[in-house]
Amino acid sequence: MSESETRSIVVERELPHPPEKIWRALTQPHLIEEWLMKNDFKPAVNHRFTLRGDWGAVDCRVLSMEPHKSLSYTWGAMGLESVVSWTLTPTATGTHLRMEQTGFRPDQNQAYQGAKFGWQRFLANLEQVLARTE
Amino acid sequence: MTKAHDVLFRTLADPTRRAIFERLCRKGEQTVGALTAQAGVSQPAVSKHLAALKLAGLVRDRHEGRQTHYSAQLGALAPLIDWTSRMTGFWQGRFDDLENLLKRMDQ
Repeated sequence: MSESETRSIVVERELPHPPEKIWRALTQPHLIEEWLMKNDFKPAVNHRFTLRGDWGAVDCRVLSMEPHKSLSYTWGAMGLESVVSWTLTPTATGTHLRMEQTGFRPDQNQAYQGAKFGWQRFLANLEQVLARTE
Repeated sequence: MTKAHDVLFRTLADPTRRAIFERLCRKGEQTVGALTAQAGVSQPAVSKHLAALKLAGLVRDRHEGRQTHYSAQLGALAPLIDWTSRMTGFWQGRFDDLENLLKRMDQ
């Protein structure tokens, strides 16, 4: 692994909707809540916001945005910082939506290891989840 | 959810069993007797929990004379703690919900 290499994941999907509509779903708090989490998002660079799920909160800050085209924000959860970047590309039938989450650099490995052993908390939550699903 | 996750989740959902596993993680190898002394349940109950943990690959046993020593196998937790696979699953689910929302939204 090179020094600059990071752990990252990419999820992409072709959506039969125009970029403008998807942009609304990505940037309007009441819509974000419907597919992601409760939030106090504002479409402004450097705005700090929090995503709240049943299992905890994610601390975020808007890094960059270009309406209907791209949006990125930091994603801090369980002591780890990553960056979530959305890219919207118009296609003949709608939009190609791409999400890339870039994780920890090797020099953040200590934090990564720390999170690994933060599993006790994760398992505690798990018990509650299982209780609900049974 | 995969079958491996299922087994891990079910095995660790029991608080007594999880406490035994956590003690092995913290203190290293322990005998059944030592675990029983701290578990607050009978030795047969502890042995039953250890058997379930072993089945899930979470502990390994080592026989020495009449004693059996158990140790935690942290590697078995990998499916739970692999950040990349967990987050990919998370985002796939979010994308599904986003698609449903887009269907309901006005143009």
